[in-house]
Amino acid sequence: MSDILAVRDLEKTFGSLVAARDITVSVPAEQAVGVIGANGAGKTTFINMITGHLTPTKGSIWFEDKEITGKPSREITRLGISRSFQVAQIFPSLTVFENMCIAAAIARRSGSVWGNIATPVHSPDAITEADATIELFQIGRYSETPANALPQGVRKLLDIGMAVVGWPRLLLLDEPTSGISIEEKFDLMNVVMSALKTRKITVLFVEHDMEIVARFADRVLAFYDGTVIADGTPTETLDNPKVQELISGVRLKTAAGSAGHA
Amino acid sequence: MFLFAAAAAPLLPDWVVSLVTIAFANGLVVLGLVVLWRAGLVSFGQALYYCIGAYAVALTARWTGFTDAFALVVIGGVAAGLVAVLIGFLLARYREIFFAMLSLALSMILYGVLVKTESLGSTDGFSVATPTFFGYAPHREALGLALYWLTLGVDAIGAVLIGVYFRSVAGALAAPIRDNEIRVEFLGVSVTSIIHTKVVVAGILGGLGGALAALAIGHVDPNMAYWTTSGGFVFVTILAGAGSVAAAFVGSLVFEGVRSFAFDVMPQLWQMTLGSVLLLTILFLPDGLGSVVARLKRRGEAKS
Repeated sequence: MSDILAVRDLEKTFGSLVAARDITVSVPAEQAVGVIGANGAGKTTFINMITGHLTPTKGSIWFEDKEITGKPSREITRLGISRSFQVAQIFPSLTVFENMCIAAAIARRSGSVWGNIATPVHSPDAITEADATIELFQIGRYSETPANALPQGVRKLLDIGMAVVGWPRLLLLDEPTSGISIEEKFDLMNVVMSALKTRKITVLFVEHDMEIVARFADRVLAFYDGTVIADGTPTETLDNPKVQELISGVRLKTAAGSAGHA
Repeated sequence: MFLFAAAAAPLLPDWVVSLVTIAFANGLVVLGLVVLWRAGLVSFGQALYYCIGAYAVALTARWTGFTDAFALVVIGGVAAGLVAVLIGFLLARYREIFFAMLSLALSMILYGVLVKTESLGSTDGFSVATPTFFGYAPHREALGLALYWLTLGVDAIGAVLIGVYFRSVAGALAAPIRDNEIRVEFLGVSVTSIIHTKVVVAGILGGLGGALAALAIGHVDPNMAYWTTSGGFVFVTILAGAGSVAAAFVGSLVFEGVRSFAFDVMPQLWQMTLGSVLLLTILFLPDGLGSVVARLKRRGEAKS
């Protein structure tokens, strides 16, 4: 099987609420998969189950032909699945280099208590890897800047860089362009996607901007009501009448709705 | 610093030697607090390990008649370390004030138990047998010097090892844990296990400090576990700052120095003097005495 990720009949319920159901998807290596859908459609639940943050109620998840269903997230990270966050998760009091270096050092150690103590943070390997990843994400001029003083776009790149520095084979990006101005979105995605291509990383990214999806995804999964309603090339999925009706429509409503919530 | 202090010993008057010995023994406990402090954790019960280290030494000597100082210090550190391993399972789940209060409560339990244990002298405690050094049994001044050197030696080893620890993943994951535990978890590290390690490292250091103090004072009593003892260590940690390993020992030395000076000059007001010193430190050196060293170093680098 050449699929890097295979998900079968995945279901997640919280009490009587069905957050995800009947999800069956296979992703071949090095594909860039866009994930679209309204808020509450099950996209983040889907990602959280793959990263081990949530345990599925039913179904199975396979990564590189090994079953990872229900494994703890730390173990899944070590197997080669990494993620970034909707809100950049970085260490604000450290510089960009220190952020990257500690992520690199963590990725290179063995997982035991002793491994943590015996692995130096500033090993030549970790430093090389941190510098290389900083260059790859084109944030070299911020290397010595404390992370709390970074522009939003750089924070996002750092967050994704920290997920990539350990050479994962699969990366899950939860709304990489959220909080970024429209003009900057394409530049940011250009940097991210070319970095991932260079490292041959398979990527699933959640995105609300259909132009971004159309431009950067090889394939698009549309989520509605906890399940996948369309799966195909960007044109196929985005032209699907169900997708246009349910997601485009709901999208407008959600935009108004979330403004009301806030 | 330790080499200099070791060489200067024979020239110093006895009271200075004993003051520095106690200060440097306590410096180990403070170093343990620095380990926790960097991750944003304050233990208000570090006297627990201090007291366990001290009683482990005193009881081993009393029950077995074994008096080799080197082995006794190791026993003190190991005993406190084992207790820290157990307590760590509980403590590592808590943060901030809950961590501080829980550690305080645990130390007060030990205090309570020791006060009620009459076979161990209750509130009076009991004396520690005079230690020997690989069969060598010094007395009076020679004993003071031997303990002084022993303390410096243990401190030097501790300082080097903690320096290595701070440069490891486990040690460097302090500011990151303070900043963002979620990210640490998603990088594939168990925050609980890292904090557990820190509790154990701090516990071992506390035990070593207590063991050395017990030998130097020649007496142990339940006050070693009392909350004011813990408070004193936290006081020194604030004074020293978490910037460097050396700061813990310098801070401890300054603390003991100021305390005995204040006690000498104005026996009624010594606590006020200490309080003023702390207040001034917080106002003018918020990062502690260690930040002075760092500042000088930076200036030196800028010049060269």
